[in-house]
Amino acid sequence: MTAQNPPVNRSSFSTVLWTLARFREAGITLFILILVVAVTIRNPAFLTADNFQDILLNISILAIVALGQTMVIVTHGIDLSVSSTIGLVAMMVAFVVKQNQDISIVLVVLLGMALGAVLGSFNGLIITHGKVPPIIATLGTLSIYRGLVFYYSQGTWINSFELPKSFKLLSKGTPLGLPNMVIIAIVVAVIVYYFLNYTRTGREIYAVGSNPDAAQFAGIRKDRIIFLVYLLSGLAAGLAAVLWASRFESAQTNTALGFELQTVAASVVGGVSISGGVGTVPGVLLGALLLGIIQNALTIVGISPFWQLAAQGLLILLAVVTDKWILSRVERRTA
Amino acid sequence: MTQSSALVEGKSQTLINEAAPRQPFLARFQRWEWILVGLIILVVILNTRLSPYFLNALNLSRTSSDFMEIGIMMLPMVFIIITGNIDLSVASNMGMSASLMGLLHNMGVNIWLAALAGLALGTLGGMLNGYLVARVKLPSLVVTLGTYAFYRGIAYGFLGDQAARDYPAAFTYLGQGRVLGTLIPFSVVLFLVLAVGFGLVLHRTAFGRYLYAIGNNENATIYSGVPVAKIKLILFTLSGFMAALAGLILAARFGSTRPDIGTGLELSVITAAVLGGVEINGGNGTMLGAALSLLLIGLMRFGMGLLNIQGQVQGVAIGLLLILSILLPNLARNLSVRNLKFKRQPVAVAILFLAVFVLFFIFFYWSRAPIVAAS
Repeated sequence: MTAQNPPVNRSSFSTVLWTLARFREAGITLFILILVVAVTIRNPAFLTADNFQDILLNISILAIVALGQTMVIVTHGIDLSVSSTIGLVAMMVAFVVKQNQDISIVLVVLLGMALGAVLGSFNGLIITHGKVPPIIATLGTLSIYRGLVFYYSQGTWINSFELPKSFKLLSKGTPLGLPNMVIIAIVVAVIVYYFLNYTRTGREIYAVGSNPDAAQFAGIRKDRIIFLVYLLSGLAAGLAAVLWASRFESAQTNTALGFELQTVAASVVGGVSISGGVGTVPGVLLGALLLGIIQNALTIVGISPFWQLAAQGLLILLAVVTDKWILSRVERRTA
Repeated sequence: MTQSSALVEGKSQTLINEAAPRQPFLARFQRWEWILVGLIILVVILNTRLSPYFLNALNLSRTSSDFMEIGIMMLPMVFIIITGNIDLSVASNMGMSASLMGLLHNMGVNIWLAALAGLALGTLGGMLNGYLVARVKLPSLVVTLGTYAFYRGIAYGFLGDQAARDYPAAFTYLGQGRVLGTLIPFSVVLFLVLAVGFGLVLHRTAFGRYLYAIGNNENATIYSGVPVAKIKLILFTLSGFMAALAGLILAARFGSTRPDIGTGLELSVITAAVLGGVEINGGNGTMLGAALSLLLIGLMRFGMGLLNIQGQVQGVAIGLLLILSILLPNLARNLSVRNLKFKRQPVAVAILFLAVFVLFFIFFYWSRAPIVAAS
């Protein structure tokens, strides 16, 4: 509606809202700022470099997987299988590392990404060529991949002492000042940002998401794009799996159980539209940051750990409702 | 307002009844149900051959009550999915309601009062979902993803690391009891009665027709004068109530409540509905199909359990069945349309993919060999 009716006779208030709506990240940035100020007043220990490094460390994996998830959601799909992909790849990689203690770390990372990409391309194949709706396909592989974790490990798990030090340092080492994991997440974000905004394929992802038929008429091979986003989502999950096993120094059968909904939450809170075509990398990073800050702040403010999940859920709802409210106000003012 | 909307409803009821293409509709969808019946017979025959304990009335009676909570939550889920929405929060809502009941029970409140409070809270939770979907107009996937965390969080808030137990026998009858003189569990009877009720509402009332209409074309339905927002509010509220009811039965069956009760069941509920032929994008599906798929999943899991296959590994079979149930009909249609023309490129791509997946599984088994050797 707004796109067809450009605003006329804008009051200054509506100009502000109009600007807000155009930079969808502004709403969530405001939300984060309010939260940071409020929490800092309650407990100044929140606004310290150490604490923020802690938050960044906690959200790195989430950010990587959420970026993959975002590409999928932009095409009007969803990838529920990421958590099981992480679980399966983490188990396989950890086991390979346990058997080959002096394996090169680069090789391990590449192996994880390749395994993730294979699992992701399986999703892509049944969605594009089998015409299975994404939510069904990935719901199916969510339980298939999780089942394979149990089958693979026979119910056993990998402990910290079974993994070499070099592997554990992959995520936590700080040769560049920040923990490696944070740097990897930043690099991934930059690559995805460049890919989505400045490459032909990246723009085609948005085209397919906002109007699949028009995209096809414009000569975009829709199926290839959709296949690609699931492959990339799997690839991101595979990378995250290696980091997960390295950070928590273990691989269990229930690794990352339920994580898929967190990645969707980070994307959606970051302004990615579930109906496709809309979503930015900075938005998703802010979404992941908001989730990380909420988790951290609840502990710092001293909310009982048992109530933290409830507060987290409530804040996610609030963020989504506020976003919707701002958008609808803008639409009413400008219509 | 109420009078005029009643008038509109009355009018559109006759319209919809006249327009309903009943015969082709039923003819088309009974096919999937017959396939499910065939699969059920196949599973029964296979399992009877593989294990002597399969056709044992006592075993079947015990295992049937394991699936009734999923079934009870599945009934309103079928409604919701037919309208093109989804409710991811059901299992969390169930945990929240059961935890409130457990908390009140621990505080010494009469168990039936506590159960009533649980039902009320679950209904409220459903209403909040409905309000956000119908009035605030947020996508149901987003809303129920948020309440999925919110309600489970409240469950932890209520009980923390505590558990509620020592429920009176009159209450545990809900989950453990059998109908007098038979081996049929009470919860199965309750589910069947509810399923028939929900089935009648879906297939024999104007309300049920509206659900299909919303799923097929929501805007057209709104312009036809159907109170779509109100219907959505009712559906999600109903889903909350049924989730709370399922929570009580699960608590009664376990004889205790922990805040993580029923975690992850939402995916089982959706799997059962979709395998039953309910179209995930809305507009299609029958209650009979959903009920049959619940039976199929129950029998498959029971049979695999008897063969000593771990619960999570059973998930591989259920997941494959879910995907194949949609993949195979699609592929069959594709093949007949294309007249099986030979094209070089698709074949090359197919071989490439096959090679990649084969390589994956070679690696899978090769790297797994030491684990098998150790155990």
